[in-house]
Amino acid sequence: MSARIGVVVFPGSNCEHDVAEALEGLGGRPRLVWHGADDLGPLDGVVLPGGFAHGDYLRPGAIARFSPVMAAVERFAAAGGPVVGICNGFQVLTEARLLPGALQKNRGLTFLCQPVDLEVVSSRSVLTTTVEVGTRLRIPINHFEGNYTCDAATLDQLQSEDRIVLRYLDNPNGSVADIAGICNARGNVVGLMPHPERASDPLLGSVDGVGLLRSLLSAAAVLG
Amino acid sequence: MRYDVLVEVRLRPGIADPQGATIERALPALGFTSVRAVRTGKAIRFELDAPDEDAARAQVVELCERFLTNPVIEDATVSVEPAR
Repeated sequence: MSARIGVVVFPGSNCEHDVAEALEGLGGRPRLVWHGADDLGPLDGVVLPGGFAHGDYLRPGAIARFSPVMAAVERFAAAGGPVVGICNGFQVLTEARLLPGALQKNRGLTFLCQPVDLEVVSSRSVLTTTVEVGTRLRIPINHFEGNYTCDAATLDQLQSEDRIVLRYLDNPNGSVADIAGICNARGNVVGLMPHPERASDPLLGSVDGVGLLRSLLSAAAVLG
Repeated sequence: MRYDVLVEVRLRPGIADPQGATIERALPALGFTSVRAVRTGKAIRFELDAPDEDAARAQVVELCERFLTNPVIEDATVSVEPAR
């Protein structure tokens, strides 16, 4: 059975259709879920897509965290369901404390929109189970607040628990330890700044995001 | 009682402040050569009804912890005064 993935739409999200199309092209069954929903319905995975949820007012993700759907997403994650936050979705996950640390403004105060080279650091997250550690990927980023930061104890924990999922090869934004993506202790909640859906078709210039999206679909299908 | 509240959100000490650094770098070009340690933040003002000032302050502190600041990178100073 193909995996049913809920793609959450906040007011100001703008990558939900790209994510849905990419997942559908890989055999998934995406469904858009409005942020006001109290219940996710039957789903095998959740994506929080990129954009500017609630205008990014106060801080990116600060208001989205209190959208009604987030309580359902937290329950889904606590039950082991795969949850992936891409870009703004990563910011929402940190604000919701589903992932540690925070994303602050890029070093140099530049909005970055460019392909970046990444290395897969861990294969224990739902986004990388089918991708070998050490694999290099070229995937676009598109953000102003992508500079991952956390305290030293959290960084030690992320490293010792193998929770750094993706690393920049040429750090574009000042992220501590070149971090482009992390996961929770269980590996089922993942946040990353690069947009795999924008590297999912030869027409887009890269298909390097396909492996990540396939991993999500297979992790979700196992659950379903 | 009604209170005027001012919350100043700032980056914690040690957290890089690219906006502050950029402002600081721009100042010498304007002739301000003796400015240092520029840090940016934001000010949030609102009115609050509470039985007394302690209760008002307690609510504001909770509001800061849960919403107005991200404690990972930010903290806040709070001022609570009877509304004029």
